[in-house]
Amino acid sequence: MDIPFTVAERPDTGLNNGKIGIWLFLASEVMLFGALFASYLMMRIGATVWPRGDSILNVPLATINTVVLITSSVTMVMAWASLKRNDFGKFRLFQGLTILAGFVFLTIKYFEYSAKFHHGLLPSKNTFLAIYFTLTGLHGLHVIGGMVVNGYLWGPGAKLWKTDPEHFTNRVENSGLFWHFVDLVWIFLFPVLYLL
Amino acid sequence: MGDHNDHADIDRQVRTYILVFVTLMALTIITVTISRFHLPVPAAVTVALIVASIKGGLVASYFMHLISERKLIYWVLGFTITCFFAVLLLPLWTHFDPIHN
Repeated sequence: MDIPFTVAERPDTGLNNGKIGIWLFLASEVMLFGALFASYLMMRIGATVWPRGDSILNVPLATINTVVLITSSVTMVMAWASLKRNDFGKFRLFQGLTILAGFVFLTIKYFEYSAKFHHGLLPSKNTFLAIYFTLTGLHGLHVIGGMVVNGYLWGPGAKLWKTDPEHFTNRVENSGLFWHFVDLVWIFLFPVLYLL
Repeated sequence: MGDHNDHADIDRQVRTYILVFVTLMALTIITVTISRFHLPVPAAVTVALIVASIKGGLVASYFMHLISERKLIYWVLGFTITCFFAVLLLPLWTHFDPIHN
């Protein structure tokens, strides 16, 4: 028996099940990061001294990472648009570039973390570093998660394109929504942690 | 004919995506440049959050297609954003309402 409403819209919601599912998941993610942002706020306003992010963190590297993630958001939406144009070859190209951008982001993050550890700047050092590693670490895990799903859709999962192209396009749109959310979180993390 | 219209519509969307991409890059440069002026903390926070909100709004509206989404999604997100701000305001509320002994 087939799973219903993977392509067709449910009469009551006006959406296919995948779409409403991913938005409900993203709503829970907003609250997860919201709780951590609230923790940051509480620690910052309660602290007698709080360092400026750019006095400890590497702003040029973080700026490059911002550019990388924004670029990956465009390649992600272009991958979806390619499927809408029935151009599977272009989808493969743009989806591949999105995954590559994820690798570049994580590699830069690795160098950033390594430099901090090398200088003894560990999460246990102070409250600022504790919240910095918590927020960026959780965000990094989300990047890895998004890459796994995007990688699956680029590779073995792409078989669905031959049998049910609309369903496959919806899956790419939903994984794209998650990837854009990861970009969205970084857009706020960057100024809050690095520039203020 | 319908297929042709669909493709034309996607082409139009792609042009919008590229425009949004350029705007996001420009706003990133603006964010970093403003941070170099070392404004007082309240002003710096305000400017940084306004620019970040514009960037976030562009990503959500165009890349996540929220600009043309179904009403149910708006309801879900409206409820979530209300809860999100409630969570953010709680620490502020407690900070500005201390217990005096």
